[in-house]
Amino acid sequence: MKILLNNREEEFDRDFITVSEMLELKKFSFRMRIIKINGELILKEKYDSAKIMDGDNVQMLYLMSGG
Amino acid sequence: MRFSEIEKHLKKFKVGIAGAGGLGSNCAAALARTGVGTLVVADFDKVEPSNITRQYYFADQVGMMKTTALKENLIRIRPEINVVTCQIKLNEKNIPSVFNDCQVIVEAFDRSDMKQMLIETVQKELPSVPIIVGSGLAGWGNTGVLKFRKVDETLYICGDEMSEATDDNPPLAPRVCIVANMQANAVIEILMKKI
Repeated sequence: MKILLNNREEEFDRDFITVSEMLELKKFSFRMRIIKINGELILKEKYDSAKIMDGDNVQMLYLMSGG
Repeated sequence: MRFSEIEKHLKKFKVGIAGAGGLGSNCAAALARTGVGTLVVADFDKVEPSNITRQYYFADQVGMMKTTALKENLIRIRPEINVVTCQIKLNEKNIPSVFNDCQVIVEAFDRSDMKQMLIETVQKELPSVPIIVGSGLAGWGNTGVLKFRKVDETLYICGDEMSEATDDNPPLAPRVCIVANMQANAVIEILMKKI
């Protein structure tokens, strides 16, 4: 399946993946982030269950401390 | 558009500032100078000597509540501004009521877990209110990687999304103020499109 991740095309050899699986596959190690799938906010408690499907638009923000 | 017209337009709006540290205090100063009518400032800390390196406070304000000190400074800039101060620690429960009638919210927290909590709460509980996030501002130099990004109509991000503030990579005034002013610039852009 193909998805858009921060406006860049990404391909995964799966029918769908959960948010947690995507973070693991992409080796994203930052702890704090905001994730939206097709404009819908995914709360951190839902990362294990929220599915990313073919054609989805995934937006991810990295939250760094400091302010 | 002339400055007098811009000022007159911005006077109608209320902007929430979540956190009155480096991002919040500097962003609030820029918004006050530009003419935003009302600022709702929430913070629970006192001004510390170490804050003077980058936050919009003065040495003689050390020990004051940040909300009180910031209100004093904003009124010195623009005596007619309306500053609503909230001396509370923001959480999932009180965020919706504190920023209920704001047209835009500025995320200006220090800790990344608090940033996440605020953004998730605002997006869930106040879904029509745009939030301007600051993320990645520690250190010096690298001005070119500081960027502004619009995710959608309610979520905007300013910063490099990379540099974490630590004891060995502290936030310094120039980069903190650049990001704070990027946030203020985004607020003005949103408000200028509103009727």
